[in-house]
Amino acid sequence: MFQIISRRHIYFAISGAVVAISVASLLVFGIKLGIDFTSGSILRLQFERSVTSSEIIQALEDHGVEGASVKTAGENTFLIRSATILSENKAEVESRLQETLGPVEELSFNSVGPVIGRELTRKAFLAVGVASLGILVYLTWSFRKVDRPVRYGVTAVVTLVHDSVILLGAFSILGQIAGMEVDSLFVTAVLTVVGFSVHDTIVVFDRIRENRSQHRDKPFSEVVNFSLNQTIDRSLNTSLTAIFVLAALLVLGGDTIRDFVLALLIGIAIGTYSSIFTASCLLAGWEEGDFRKLARLALDRMRA
Amino acid sequence: MRRRLIIALVSILALAAFAVYVDWPGTPGLPLTLGDRNLRDLEVRQGLDLQGGLHVVFQADPVPGQAIPEGAMEAVKEIIENRVNALGVAEPVIQIEGDDRIIVELPGVSDPDEAIKLFKETGSLEIFGTGFVPFEEGSFIDETTEGADRILTGAEVKDASVGFDEIGNPEILFELTDAGGGKFQEHTSANIGQWMSITLDGRVIQSAVIQAAISTRGRITGNFNAQEARRVAIQLRYGALPVPLRVVQNLTVGPTLGQDSLEKSVRAGIVGFVLVLLFMVAYYRLPGLVASLALFLYAALVLAIFKLLPVTLTLAGIAGFILSVGMAVDANILIFERTKEELRSRLTIGAAVEAGFRRAWNSIRDSNIATLITCAVLWQFGSGVVRGFALTLAIGVLVSMFSAITASRTFMRVVVRLKRGHDPRWYGVDSPSAETAP
Repeated sequence: MFQIISRRHIYFAISGAVVAISVASLLVFGIKLGIDFTSGSILRLQFERSVTSSEIIQALEDHGVEGASVKTAGENTFLIRSATILSENKAEVESRLQETLGPVEELSFNSVGPVIGRELTRKAFLAVGVASLGILVYLTWSFRKVDRPVRYGVTAVVTLVHDSVILLGAFSILGQIAGMEVDSLFVTAVLTVVGFSVHDTIVVFDRIRENRSQHRDKPFSEVVNFSLNQTIDRSLNTSLTAIFVLAALLVLGGDTIRDFVLALLIGIAIGTYSSIFTASCLLAGWEEGDFRKLARLALDRMRA
Repeated sequence: MRRRLIIALVSILALAAFAVYVDWPGTPGLPLTLGDRNLRDLEVRQGLDLQGGLHVVFQADPVPGQAIPEGAMEAVKEIIENRVNALGVAEPVIQIEGDDRIIVELPGVSDPDEAIKLFKETGSLEIFGTGFVPFEEGSFIDETTEGADRILTGAEVKDASVGFDEIGNPEILFELTDAGGGKFQEHTSANIGQWMSITLDGRVIQSAVIQAAISTRGRITGNFNAQEARRVAIQLRYGALPVPLRVVQNLTVGPTLGQDSLEKSVRAGIVGFVLVLLFMVAYYRLPGLVASLALFLYAALVLAIFKLLPVTLTLAGIAGFILSVGMAVDANILIFERTKEELRSRLTIGAAVEAGFRRAWNSIRDSNIATLITCAVLWQFGSGVVRGFALTLAIGVLVSMFSAITASRTFMRVVVRLKRGHDPRWYGVDSPSAETAP
């Protein structure tokens, strides 16, 4: 049997450190927002002959399109991001590029106005809030027969916030090193990961609930540890199957949804870790009075 | 018990057969109509990120300080619908969003830029008498312009079409209503030799000297090509928009990119599916085989539902479906882990299987409800792409409850009745050990 709960201070330290790194990266670098949030446009073009990004930037500037960024996306295929290429002047820009750089095919074009961008940001925050609240309410209700059911709900929500912060932090760092941007699909990924994280946490909590009612004489942390050991195979196996399918999508799927799949993959890995090492430790710690002791310690220090 | 088991097994197999029939490519379909849908023709509907096309969001853009007139958006929608129909695009989607937006989706449209122009322009035609002053083409005239008298508006146009003059230049032919024709006749007969200007959305497209009296039929020969002539004719035919529109979002996907993404996703999905099957059989052995069967049933059912509802599949939707395959086996994993535990505590195989299913139920229910809550929130707050993902994931979760619980329980009950189904090694338990509660 793995001793997880008795070593919970280690896992608290790991989670605390990773969350701290994520928050620091978010504060320092922020997160690279895609056009869904900032507005602007992305034009995906495939040229017939081989051209370089700098040739494209040069050609764009010659025709008065300033400040565009160009990224390679496959053979002779480029993503051109710009704040000034809009539905109205796109055809003209394309014909100018064609004059300079030879035949070009428009694979896709996506432009988002500022109104839409602001709305998405607002909706994204609202969605994460509503989902968390819904889950908190459902869990508190579902665990109403145990002592202090609200603790189960709160712990699950703290865990999902933990997961989302780390996922955001990961994309903040990826934005710095790989120029990765987040779009509306990223918000979808965060919400899905939230659902998945809670899904995992619930399975462990359900077992705690069941074992608790059968072994009321045992210390709570022992019951939690036993329950964790009973469910750990399942947690790992379920994540493995999800990771199999996502990895297949990441490697073989098209590059239009690759970032989305990557976000899901990272998020699900974090969710699996947290359901085993974070949620249960938090619950056990709360029941055993860790946080009260910690608060008292802090108060004493402050007084001294 | 035995009778009920046989009935359950036969019903599941019948359902599976039905699903496979629906899924089969080019299936003749069902001789049924459901609501307004004819189920004879079953195709997976591809979203426009898969088949290519245009998704554009327009926002009403009234003159600053002016409110949008009541019912204006409904009128805009109707006019755009007419303009879309004139383009002849299959399965367009046109819907009002919120108070002042119109979403237009045109799968497979050949010229998205032209389509946007066609919808966005108000298409308000006016004819002004301008006395002896010629207004240049491209200049702007409205009612307040000095020396310009409005004779007619587009509301009095009954029909419009494109024609070609003697040397092959495109021209717009229009026909006025009787009342409009009367007014036109009156003005033109009284002002022969003077100038008149035809404007579209305030901009002069043609100025000409009145040569003779004109009544209900006229033509506009301006400086435009055939494509533009066609656009203006469509706009005239279906009337002017009550408010101007501007583009706030535009997603155009070319057909090559869509097909490429589709092929790649399908291939990735198949590989992921096979990996899950292999893992389940390797790890859970006999029950893993049962779970694999249930997973085939699951995939067949979900695809059948996609075709029957129908669900428009987008790339994100496919990702949702593929992810749900990974999650669908979760219920089985929960159950089999439970079964293993029960086996270790020396229950008989049959009793362990039953206990596994019974005791795993709470976890399965609670965790799936959490996912469904997330899906509902995504549906509520998301746009088209996000909704596609939420819908496929939710359908996946619901169907997985059936395939992983009802169907696999039936399969397992059959298996435990077989002679060979009684060796614990088939269940991944080497020998009953004495691992018990603390």
